[in-house]
Amino acid sequence: MKRLFITVTAWMLAALPAQAEEVTTFTLDNGMEVVVIEDHRAPVVVHMVWYKIGSADEPVGVSGVAHFLEHLLFKGTDVLAPGEFSATIAANGGSDNAFTSYDYTAYFQRVAADRLELMMQMESDRMNNLQITEGDIETERKVILEERNQRTENNPNALAGEQFRAAQYQNHRYGVPIIGWKHEMEQLDLEDALGFYDLYYSPNNAVLVVAGDVEPDEVKALAETYYGVIPAEDQLPERIRPEEPPQRAERRITYVDQRVSQPYVMRSYMAPERDPGAQKEAAALVYLAELLGGSPFTSALGQALQFDTQTAVYTSAYYEPNALDDTTFTVTMVPAQGISLSEGEAAMDAAINDFVQSDIDPARLESIRTQMRASEIYALDNVQQLARRYGAALTQSLTVEDVQAWPDVLQSVTEEDIKAAATKVFDRKQSVTGWVVSNQEEAS
Amino acid sequence: MARVILVAFLSILATFAQADIEIKEVTSPGGINAWVVEEPDIPFTALEIRFRGGASLDEPGKRGAVNLMTGLLEEGAADMNAQEFQTRLEDLAASLRFRSYDDTLSISAKFLTENKDEVLTLLRQALTEPRFDQDAIDRVRAQVLTGIAGDLKDPQSIASAAFNKAAFGDHPYGTPLDGTAESVNALTQDDIFAAHKNTIARDRVYVSAVGDITAEEIGPMLDELLGDLPAEGAPFPEDIDFGLEGGMTVVDYETPQAVALFGHEGIERDDEDFFAAYVMNEVLGAGGFESRLMNEVREKRGLTYGIGTYLVPKFHAEMVLGSVASSNATIAEAIEVTRAEWARMAEEGLTQEELDTAKTYLTGEYPLRFDGNGEIASIMAGMQMIDLPPDYVVNRNSYIEAVTLDDVNRVAAELLHPDDLHFVIVGQPEGLQPTQ
Repeated sequence: MKRLFITVTAWMLAALPAQAEEVTTFTLDNGMEVVVIEDHRAPVVVHMVWYKIGSADEPVGVSGVAHFLEHLLFKGTDVLAPGEFSATIAANGGSDNAFTSYDYTAYFQRVAADRLELMMQMESDRMNNLQITEGDIETERKVILEERNQRTENNPNALAGEQFRAAQYQNHRYGVPIIGWKHEMEQLDLEDALGFYDLYYSPNNAVLVVAGDVEPDEVKALAETYYGVIPAEDQLPERIRPEEPPQRAERRITYVDQRVSQPYVMRSYMAPERDPGAQKEAAALVYLAELLGGSPFTSALGQALQFDTQTAVYTSAYYEPNALDDTTFTVTMVPAQGISLSEGEAAMDAAINDFVQSDIDPARLESIRTQMRASEIYALDNVQQLARRYGAALTQSLTVEDVQAWPDVLQSVTEEDIKAAATKVFDRKQSVTGWVVSNQEEAS
Repeated sequence: MARVILVAFLSILATFAQADIEIKEVTSPGGINAWVVEEPDIPFTALEIRFRGGASLDEPGKRGAVNLMTGLLEEGAADMNAQEFQTRLEDLAASLRFRSYDDTLSISAKFLTENKDEVLTLLRQALTEPRFDQDAIDRVRAQVLTGIAGDLKDPQSIASAAFNKAAFGDHPYGTPLDGTAESVNALTQDDIFAAHKNTIARDRVYVSAVGDITAEEIGPMLDELLGDLPAEGAPFPEDIDFGLEGGMTVVDYETPQAVALFGHEGIERDDEDFFAAYVMNEVLGAGGFESRLMNEVREKRGLTYGIGTYLVPKFHAEMVLGSVASSNATIAEAIEVTRAEWARMAEEGLTQEELDTAKTYLTGEYPLRFDGNGEIASIMAGMQMIDLPPDYVVNRNSYIEAVTLDDVNRVAAELLHPDDLHFVIVGQPEGLQPTQ
């Protein structure tokens, strides 16, 4: 049994006293990783189990099964009746939920710290002993279809987003929506769900994160009692995903939906994600997004399009550094009254081009650096957010060391790093440009 | 140099298990009250300032003025234009959020200890020396108009607008606080200054601060920050009766999932039966997966992803509201089940077991809300606005515990009227007969 004891010291402003989030990590004999984050300000604990399995790991033809299974985990087990899991937590004054992403499926409870053992008892139970019936499948499938209705079918921007990703990824499953394509969701059955469950819900494919008013020794003893006794899955396959080929052709889409109230143009580019031991380029892209389209008042797009020329009512640049595989860098422009989408797109491109050609204002760079340092201080106020940070990273191939190095990597980014990252990322061959409109006229 | 005079300095210690939240009640030398929790562990402070009134103080024909004015508070002050002001704020790594609601204008500030004085200076300038430059007005107006256009095509917003219009008519509660394209386009710089004068005044301000700050320093700080504001703002609007009768309104809108908003008259926050109503509503529809409606409509029948009900005690009217979304083909069944559960609760009330379970959840969940400086500051400002004392945080769970089965079932019968429920449905629902 390996046991590491690591204290993370967040990067501090020079004048501030040292702040630390106390983090302890260890691995159980069956391969389950454990992260303990101490925060003794309130007698509360967040208990999370993260599985290294998300929608991008699904087999072909059953899109949405990872998320469907997440819903089904709230049905019964050998010892719990359907719904009893959440009812028990509520009866203990706690709250619980779960979420599914491309790279992970996670379950969490937030409850008084002295109820941690009960959480572990129940969560470890449903790692192995789920009991679902055909009836559960039928009802819950309706629920996820209504969820898709609510999130996506009723929302033209969400539908446009699906089309974007489908066009962006030519081989990788990031191009398929987490919730699933509707026609495949309608066919999901008990076998699909159980096949997924039996293989992937196992301790050697899971990360336990416990954050709050707890002692690492106590967490370790409980984790060994409840999770440590579950045998590792020896058939767990290596996590291999289809990689993107070199993208050679720029793509353009037009999404028409009469429910669109305001036409806009968006462009996404393929971009690298944070990699283990190699986070520098991702850090540079975080700065690039801030400098280009972070604050509407001081960013390049905001200044050029919302202030200097007033061609846009809204601009943004967004980069998602946290992913297992290649991610995207996205710019958006909502044109002002009287500005067409082609004029808007041209103005956006001119502004991006200007940014790439010009020097970066050192004052803006330092300001963003300071804001990132400060955000680490503010982050200490939210232990649940810290827990999510670790859980997501460890299911996306990063290590605890990578998580702890990230604030320093962010601080070390230079103008040259940002310029180099910009030159690489703004490659139209790897991009999708989309116009989202309410009718064809707006797209002409 | 101002001397620290604490006219009142009460201290309340709330103990949740081992954790303490010590609320200090402070009155500044200039007479401004604030609640403070000293939490020096992390070197930052969350400051919450609320002005009662908010968008309800829009003058006739000027709907949207308070909202637009609020959006402009971050767009420059004193000798700084919008970009200069924001550059300063970003350099200090602070955040100032200005928001308007039906009855409130709120300011949420977050700043590092080392930048406290500079951030508070910026905030004071934003509140007391706003510029409302014409170019900023035009820019933010365009953003507001985009939002208004979006709401006109959003099923939830369409439902809210139709429900509120029918329930409250010409009262400010009857129209969206953003205003209409017409009303917002007509707003002038004078209107914005008038909205500022009407809403931001000392006679309606509530303050709380949590974090690396002391009760001693906050008094003079408040006088500096808010002392130059006008003593009085505009009068609050009159109370209004909920004017919508039972029935069903369908707003035709082409979208696959129908959205329903429903409700009837509610209960005042300071009613002695409020806690009984609160516990009842938890079992009916507020308690997430454990509520009867969630169980019947989602878990048993798969008709929706979510259904919820809410007690909505506003300053000038009270409602019990709920919402549910379901495919056009199934919304009728979702509504039928909802009505039946409403009636069952009114007639039969809760079981002892449901009451006990709800109490355990509500009393256990309450301390979990106090989980961050910003959250605590927000809770404390909200308490002050509805005249709750600091020791409410200590006693609140005892009010929940005191609710008896007789109370809760009597209140269920008094409060819930299935025949008075009005449903506004946006979509193309199948098998529903609108009453109007």
